[in-house]
Amino acid sequence: MEILKIKKDDLSKGLDALKKSYRLFGPAKTESCHEFKRLEQDEQPDFNFSNTRLSPKAIIYPQSETMFTYSLDENDEDAHILKEVNSLDAPQAVIGIRPCDADAFLLVKRNFDAPDYKDPYWLNAYAKTTLVGLACEKPCPTCFCTTAGSGPFSERGVDILLADAGDDYLAKVITDKGSALAKAAGWDAPSDPDSATEEIERLKTAAEEKISSHVETDHLDKIDTTALHQAPFWEDTAFACINCGTCTFLCPTCWCFDIQDETCGAKGERLRNWDSCMFPIFTVHGTGHNPRGTKKQRVRQRFMHKLKYYVDKYEIGIQCVGCGRCIRSCPVNIDIRKICNLMNHYKPDTVEEPAS
Amino acid sequence: MLGYIDKIREIAKGILENNKVDMVIGFRQGTVPMMNEPCIIKRPEDVDNLVWDGNCGINLANYLPGRTEKIGVIAKGCDSRNIVNHIIENKINREQLYIIGVPCKGMTDRHKLAALAAGEIVAVEESANSVMIKGADFENTFPKHDVMQQNCLKCTHRNPVIYDALAVDLADEQTDIDRYADVRQIEELSVEAKQQHFTDLFAACIRCYACRNACPLCYCPTCFVDESRPQWLGKGQDAIDIHTFHFLRAFHCAGRCTDCGACERACPVGINMRTLTKKLEKDCADLYNWEAGLTLDTRPPLDMYDVGDSDAFIK
Repeated sequence: MEILKIKKDDLSKGLDALKKSYRLFGPAKTESCHEFKRLEQDEQPDFNFSNTRLSPKAIIYPQSETMFTYSLDENDEDAHILKEVNSLDAPQAVIGIRPCDADAFLLVKRNFDAPDYKDPYWLNAYAKTTLVGLACEKPCPTCFCTTAGSGPFSERGVDILLADAGDDYLAKVITDKGSALAKAAGWDAPSDPDSATEEIERLKTAAEEKISSHVETDHLDKIDTTALHQAPFWEDTAFACINCGTCTFLCPTCWCFDIQDETCGAKGERLRNWDSCMFPIFTVHGTGHNPRGTKKQRVRQRFMHKLKYYVDKYEIGIQCVGCGRCIRSCPVNIDIRKICNLMNHYKPDTVEEPAS
Repeated sequence: MLGYIDKIREIAKGILENNKVDMVIGFRQGTVPMMNEPCIIKRPEDVDNLVWDGNCGINLANYLPGRTEKIGVIAKGCDSRNIVNHIIENKINREQLYIIGVPCKGMTDRHKLAALAAGEIVAVEESANSVMIKGADFENTFPKHDVMQQNCLKCTHRNPVIYDALAVDLADEQTDIDRYADVRQIEELSVEAKQQHFTDLFAACIRCYACRNACPLCYCPTCFVDESRPQWLGKGQDAIDIHTFHFLRAFHCAGRCTDCGACERACPVGINMRTLTKKLEKDCADLYNWEAGLTLDTRPPLDMYDVGDSDAFIK
């Protein structure tokens, strides 16, 4: 694995070169926070951020995506033919993605790249995207990545990982995609591998020590699912929830969608839009029956999915990378750390006093 | 406001012990700065979990509709007006409620403080007239007035309008407040400029519906935006659909909104959607001399027809 040295001044030069062949995305300052946006010709990413308000998942998995268009107008040459649109054909790259957010794409991939179903939209966008990670040196108080299976210097999911070493970035090239991007950017200055590895290790340890927030997950796979489902703490946990979509829409690992047709006269398009298990009609059946008709059932579903069903199904840990966005933005302070620990320590046989 | 909690706990404990109520709805300490969590207290020995400070901006009236228990509920001025709305709209019975009124001096604007901070806020200390924020390498103190929620700065009903007990003596109401300067500014824009104003206002909307769901007025079993047979509104990120949602939501709140600010507080992307509801509030004041949620004795103007109703719009 190669570690390149990129002078900070050379980063923007390289990015300008990349714009010839890649669509670039990067963090940009808005009025009150940072968000990922498309970097136009004269724009550079702003690395002076801790985490963006929204996750960058929309770059690969847009909130609203046209699957195909159709026409029922017999005069149209293409009447009754489903026409694919907007298929991403040029490569794109996300510059400065945090390791937790890159890691999240791997968790989501389990869903869109399953043995019996391959989602062509997500997979195409994912294949076309190169992720240039920016290791995290100033984690937020709500970051708990190190106990959620990720970390401020996690290399999972990124194609290149940049670490800020003062005047230079040390760029660890992890995949072939990353190698191709570095070449296109003209980043070719090698570093002394031993001292660079040592420096990255030092920065990584320092960053990990700054993570002040943790979850415990060691018992989640051992607890009986039905017992956890029936645990008495769900009513108290769910009370404050207003069933908005903030947590799921900001979450880098939430993948659920809804499919809707939007027609205008004889023409129309089929869209898939992010959906949220917090919304009451998320599970309404064709019969009108709703198996998750109450708030408690919906809140329980969100946490059971992330922290129990996913754990049991894939055996790779929780469906969460510890980015803390749901904690920071929940309007009523529902805190996944607290609930994860409640679930992890739940002992079905003991009678628990309901918390107030 | 910081000294109110002892009295609130005492009242809550008393009504739970005397079985006047089955539960008390209030706030418990949040896990992150500037946030408290709405909660239910069912046992007298748990009342010490209740807290009260400038981070109780969520409107607790939102947790009442459809409940069948006897409930003690902590209510600021705005919350109490939404309780009046709920009673008028038959969402809860007056007899079910024991209202612990809390005269309010204004809630802290969490979005504004986060934007003012030089980094991550790790602790907030509130005193009578100021708010101090602390981070890893900064510490700032702001006059409370400068970091109060916008709706609280313009509030003219700090005192509960309906209550069974008060946590503290009634507060002086703010007078000489111009509630609608921002609305007038928008009214005066040209059609094109208005269009641009709203396009910019809603550009960041992710349709999470936190504004709608934090609002006590929104209790329809299925909202028109969610309904898909028929589909009243596209569900994607089309700007016109997003505008339609915000405008129609506001219209549904006409004559009912108390400007509690829960919508704006809840919004994860910081949209000031209150200008819409305030425009309708202003219209209700101009056309019907009406303010929502002040009395149980009069039906709201949009609930009924009166031959004297303004018809100047018919041309």
